[in-house]
Amino acid sequence: MAIEVRDVNKSFGTTPVLRDVSIDVESGSLTALLGPSGGGKSTLLRVIAGLEQPDTGTVHISGVDATRLSPQRRNVGFVFQHYAAFKHLTVFRNVAFGLEIRKRPKADIRKRVMELLELVHLEQMADRYPAQLSGGQRQRMALARALAVEPEVLLLDEPFGALDAQVRKELRTWLRRLHDEVHVTTVFVTHDQEEAIEVADTIVVLAGGRVEQVGSPAEVYDNPANPFVMRFLGPVTEIGGNLVRPHDIEISADPQEGGTAATVSRIVRLGFEVRVELRIDGKDAWVQVTRSFADQLGLKPGDTVSVRPNPGARSLALAAV
Amino acid sequence: MAKYGLRTIAIAYLFFLLVLPVGLIIWRTFGDGLQPVVDALSSPSAVHAFQVTLTVALWAVAANTVFGIGTAVLLVRHSFPGKRLLNALIDLPMAVSPVVVGLALILVYGKFAPVGGLLESWGIQIIFSTPGMVLATVFVALPLVVRAVVPVLEELGDEQEQAAHTLGASRLQAFLRITLPGIRWALAYGIVLCLARSLGEYGAVAVVSGRLVDQTQTLTLFVEERFQNFDQPAAFAAATALALIAVITLLLTKLLRPKG
Amino acid sequence: MTTDVAVRPAPPPGPPGGGARARSRFSVPGGTALGLGSSVLYLSLIVLIPLAVVAWRSLDEGPGYFWRAVTTPDAWAALTLTIGASALVAVFNLVMGTIIAWVLVRDRFPGKAVVDTLIDLPFALPTIVAGLVLLALYGPESPLGINLAYSRAGVVLALLFVTLPFVVRTVQPVLLELDKEMEQAAASLGASPFQTFRRVILPNLVPAMLSGTALAFTRSIAEFGSTVLISGNLPFKTQVAAVNIFSQIEGDNTTGAAAISTVLLVVALVALVSLDFLQRWGSRRG
Repeated sequence: MAIEVRDVNKSFGTTPVLRDVSIDVESGSLTALLGPSGGGKSTLLRVIAGLEQPDTGTVHISGVDATRLSPQRRNVGFVFQHYAAFKHLTVFRNVAFGLEIRKRPKADIRKRVMELLELVHLEQMADRYPAQLSGGQRQRMALARALAVEPEVLLLDEPFGALDAQVRKELRTWLRRLHDEVHVTTVFVTHDQEEAIEVADTIVVLAGGRVEQVGSPAEVYDNPANPFVMRFLGPVTEIGGNLVRPHDIEISADPQEGGTAATVSRIVRLGFEVRVELRIDGKDAWVQVTRSFADQLGLKPGDTVSVRPNPGARSLALAAV
Repeated sequence: MAKYGLRTIAIAYLFFLLVLPVGLIIWRTFGDGLQPVVDALSSPSAVHAFQVTLTVALWAVAANTVFGIGTAVLLVRHSFPGKRLLNALIDLPMAVSPVVVGLALILVYGKFAPVGGLLESWGIQIIFSTPGMVLATVFVALPLVVRAVVPVLEELGDEQEQAAHTLGASRLQAFLRITLPGIRWALAYGIVLCLARSLGEYGAVAVVSGRLVDQTQTLTLFVEERFQNFDQPAAFAAATALALIAVITLLLTKLLRPKG
Repeated sequence: MTTDVAVRPAPPPGPPGGGARARSRFSVPGGTALGLGSSVLYLSLIVLIPLAVVAWRSLDEGPGYFWRAVTTPDAWAALTLTIGASALVAVFNLVMGTIIAWVLVRDRFPGKAVVDTLIDLPFALPTIVAGLVLLALYGPESPLGINLAYSRAGVVLALLFVTLPFVVRTVQPVLLELDKEMEQAAASLGASPFQTFRRVILPNLVPAMLSGTALAFTRSIAEFGSTVLISGNLPFKTQVAAVNIFSQIEGDNTTGAAAISTVLLVVALVALVSLDFLQRWGSRRG
């Protein structure tokens, strides 16, 4: 295991932010800490980096107890949401920083830094200052800076949080590819489930300071441990006391076995998909169908239909409230 | 520990440079009770110095406030050639020695200077009289109101004023109802700084006033003159009064200073 | 008193809003012209014309006279003392001001808010009172037994008093705004606290430290009131340039006074222009 976190508790004042958190991060994996804001994921990442001290519990990095080690001695790479660029240093000197601290020979530093700048596509920007870079470029510089010291683990705190949607998507794909090239154990924090599913090979869902579920993206999406995880990972709707994904529902104009009667209240066309909004026993629900299927059914508001979960659909029974 | 070391150095330095000297004066002033202080400050010369100081300061503050608001609005809301130059010139008085200020005014407005001579022939005396002291005080305190108002005016933006115009307000109405309330704390801050600077000016006033006891003597000049004449109690009492004004200024500016 | 405003780091070179670099063919609207006219007239009558007359008067009797006025033994001694003492005071402020700003931002202790308020006291206190106060503690009747009256050390002490806030108040806001994550990033890259200070914090403070130092230097060059009492105005020993100008005015030698004044003005302007240059250099990196 690259990182083992055991029974970590942490409070800010009287507010607990991490409660009995234990996770294992496999060597070479790309793990996402996913959860709503205030769920404790950034704090957990900072505890791993040594930027916060846990109240109780331990952190092992590569088998060594790092709980009381200063960040300086942990050999982790940390990438901050707002980049934490050294404003007074050029891109080159930013990336070289950790190597200069380690007193590596000048020629080695130069070679290593240029390699990394090539890796993050910033070789043309070496002599610029951070203020002259775009957000995405700064973030890539911060990544190269963290990678320069060959860290045992790479930690990224909402790495794409401050970027606009387009750049975010590009960097996501790029991070995945980078990880496939470099293979350093990587943990990143995100509140965007799409980002976690697309990039990570393991997802840790954190909410209210607790680990709700750990698994591969498919496991977490298809077999959510509880309604919270199911809701957080994707759209859900409620049919007959069960939580179901709206794309996992069969809809038919005629009554069907095991079906529930519903009234169509509105039909919303969103490009290739169509959202059919329903009333079932006085409650709102919705179903996602393809456009051709919707055209075939020819639904109008006011129609009565029958809905039921797909045979293979995952659904979670909601405990009676 | 480095932390405690630095803290000790900083506090010790401030203690011996600021706190102890100022504290000692206050302690010496009140060493023999309140009565001698009251006596020293109610002597005719002291009362007269108070009056002169107030007159000069109030005129100077009034002039600099009008100039300050006008120039700040000009710099922030209008564009014209030479704006950068004007902006730089406003800070010029900060770099000029008070004595040079006094000399400069004497060279223009003195009895033997062309302008001063002309005014003298009309019966207006500037140097060695109140107008000259006001001019000197205006000079040294000139940037304070402008510099307090400009950043707030910038932050305020002109959208609200434009909104007022679309609602039918005239320029004056928009200024009085929108702009002025928006800058009132910054303006108050600038006026307090300006007033304090005006009450406490020494060098420039020393040069242009001629230091005539019971005529053009301000409170700061009174302190110096009493001290040179070995009347320590009066000098200390007046100094303490001025120090008190300074402390009140500090607290007021602390209260009014634009936050963040 | 309160020169507080001069301490704001990097005053905006030209307020935005009207923006627009002054275009040459630019018609100024009537209202603006009236305001601009009054403003410039006010500034000219009180500041610009009088200062120009000082410079003009200093050369009234030719450059030879100017040179002789500046190099009379007492004037020369006053000028060198002023510039030397101001340089010393500026460097001392650079160190102490930075330490005080550091303690005010990074340290926590009871009464910190009071200390923070006290820093501005020298700006608020009339200079003559500052001089009197220092003379009481460090003069012939010093309860501490330290007598600096009528000595150059006394002059330096008075200048240290009046210039205390400059470096503190320029460095403090920069230190407050400094991105903490930058330091955490340095630590996670293996830098020790000292390395983080030297390689990350200090370089980010240098422009502010130098601005504050330049302001303290300019103020020291110009200082008059606080040195009057403690220096005793001994020519060749403790008389600073401003006091020398004052005694020349008293002696009705206005041309000589104007010559020394001009030297002071030029030195101050050079310091301020370098300061502006430094600030541009500092903001180049954003």
